[in-house]
Amino acid sequence: MDIRSHVSMVFHLDKCIGCHTCTVACKNIWTDRKGTEYMYWNNVETKPGTGYPTRWEDQEQYRGGWVLDEKGGKLKLRLQGKWGTLANIFYNPYLPSIDDYFEPWTYDYQNLFTAPEGDDQPTARAVSQITGRYMDTIEAGPNWDDDLGGSPVYADNDPNLDGATEEERRQIAEIDRTVFFYLPRICNHCLNPGCVAACPAGAIYKRAEDGIVLISQDKCRAWRMCISGCPYKKTYFNWSTGKSEKCILCYPRLESGQPPACFHSCVGRIRYIGLVLYDADMIQEAAMAPSDQLVDAQRAAIQDPFDPMVIAAARRNGIPDSKIQAAQNSPVYKFVKRWGLALPLHPDFRTLPMLFYVPPLGPVTSKMENGAYETVDAGAEGLAPMLAALDKSRVSLRYMASLFSAGNEDIVREVYYKLMAVRIYMRGKTVQDVTQAEVDEALALAGLSGSEAEAIFRLTSLPTYEERFVVPPMERETAIQAQFPDIDPLTRKASTGFGFREDPARRW
Amino acid sequence: MIDTLAFVVFPYVAVALVLIVTPYRYFSDRFSYSSFSSELLQRKGLFWGSVAWHYGVILILLAHLAALLAPGAWAALISEPTRLYVLEVTGLALALATVAGMVVLIGRRLFLPRVASVTTRWDWVVLFVLLAQVALGFWVALFYRWGSDWYLHTAVPWIVSLATLNPQTQFVASLPILVQIHMLGGFVLLALFPFTRLVHMITFPVTYLWRPYQVVIWNRRRRVVP
Repeated sequence: MDIRSHVSMVFHLDKCIGCHTCTVACKNIWTDRKGTEYMYWNNVETKPGTGYPTRWEDQEQYRGGWVLDEKGGKLKLRLQGKWGTLANIFYNPYLPSIDDYFEPWTYDYQNLFTAPEGDDQPTARAVSQITGRYMDTIEAGPNWDDDLGGSPVYADNDPNLDGATEEERRQIAEIDRTVFFYLPRICNHCLNPGCVAACPAGAIYKRAEDGIVLISQDKCRAWRMCISGCPYKKTYFNWSTGKSEKCILCYPRLESGQPPACFHSCVGRIRYIGLVLYDADMIQEAAMAPSDQLVDAQRAAIQDPFDPMVIAAARRNGIPDSKIQAAQNSPVYKFVKRWGLALPLHPDFRTLPMLFYVPPLGPVTSKMENGAYETVDAGAEGLAPMLAALDKSRVSLRYMASLFSAGNEDIVREVYYKLMAVRIYMRGKTVQDVTQAEVDEALALAGLSGSEAEAIFRLTSLPTYEERFVVPPMERETAIQAQFPDIDPLTRKASTGFGFREDPARRW
Repeated sequence: MIDTLAFVVFPYVAVALVLIVTPYRYFSDRFSYSSFSSELLQRKGLFWGSVAWHYGVILILLAHLAALLAPGAWAALISEPTRLYVLEVTGLALALATVAGMVVLIGRRLFLPRVASVTTRWDWVVLFVLLAQVALGFWVALFYRWGSDWYLHTAVPWIVSLATLNPQTQFVASLPILVQIHMLGGFVLLALFPFTRLVHMITFPVTYLWRPYQVVIWNRRRRVVP
């Protein structure tokens, strides 16, 4: 048992309103520099939809993540082997091009002031931020398919719908073709990251104490394999500095006790951050589990921070008690392990992502029937309408399973039973139009107790700032002392800090 | 006099620049070491340019280096006419590949605006010196036949004399001017090396082959002397 700690995350999709405040917060802090215009370390996608970059989930095209070797039971990068990496280093055949994202642009605002007098209103033409030339047609942009989830152009191209039946596709297009939900994405800070494994220079690394995956700007040599290796396309290539960059989980903020900017600014309060303890010896096994058991295997690697055995093992590994305590208070542990409500995004990529999602429950239970807005099977008795709604949900269980459980619909169904049970339980308490028998039946179906339902409700709907964000003490001062035992940490104050001693630009 | 300047002083200056500036740049500005790939911006033409160029030039450089480091073995290798023919033809083909590759690479940077926007003045210098060098090399291989042989009796003893600090210009002083320019071109590239993106070649990530896939860094456990 090799217990380590990991700063982990939960996004509650039922609460996401798709406002992009997270994206704006991130953009303003980290990626408003030259070469990073097209980077969205945080983005919010409309699902079903194609995402950013376009069809990023289609690994036939992009070759991200890991695959299980058919016979040898070995884990391989889908991209290529180590020799293949060196052989393809002069031209990566699977690299997305800027057109798979979009060509960043600004506007020629000056023209509004300097245009000669004429019959037409002057316009501010689009100017490429790469070439500085005018762009006549803008063909893509950030969130190009925002809120166009139901449209045939975007929804039909969602790779998760590849196995969908005609009926499932038809249901998505019901009611003026508008069924969708939002999927905010940041770097998953995976336990078995594809970007780290694909980087031939060894520039990408995982911080052992908190699991944050970072790219050393000094070691990156623009071999650009990380962009292909990451199945979530969350490493980006800075075309100006010739270095890859990615989400840093706002570690400078975390180290001073604040949640990352996207978490802090989240209007819907969908984001939770906290420490989990995991067993590093189980990573390989979890990454190599059969597809339908991937979620369970990853859950198994996450350990109970109240278990005395785990605590002892954590102490042996030098994890301070303050961190163990943070793990015990972690909202992530509750959502992922204790309640089993939060699932990893695309566990089938086998990178063991440490960002978990509570799948969205509704509003998917109604549809147009004879010109009226009807709940599915509304006339039926007891829990029947709710359960029928699940199976007839316009975004099918199969679709959710493709996103969150590598195709295992039972896992998604269990989560939905729990989410529904919490709703029925609370309805029984507040609206009181549900009988106690129905509440008990729903709880039994979900395998929840009343107090658990209550706790889920509280952490979902009424959590305080401190309950959502349990930022562990990062112990960086101790780290400096361990590295430089003869130096008073205060002498390091204001020396280098984060950032560069030289401007991050081309000089030579 | 001009021979001494060109074939003694200049090579020593070029090598000194490599030996001094390369590590200085590495330790003072490691961020600047990058291959500055333009593939993200423009994949068009890159396969035919980059792959032909890199594979061609690496093999040709290795052949130059092998003959320099092991002239005896090289002489034995080409003593059999069939092997000499195969070597010469392969060399010509590779030289053609590098010229074609470099023309494509330069064409991309000239005519595709996205790539042009990430091209610096030093990039242009490097590109044209490289093009001139490989084109000259191709020319020399074509019109001064059996270079794999006479290379052993001209450039090799000259470079050996430089390396042993006993510089002798007579091995190369009377060669045709194009051959001399090609030889000096190598040292021009050496002189350019530490100041340009050429440094990316010494960071070729061969360690990837034996490195474990995952890289985990402990802050607490690591001990570094300040």
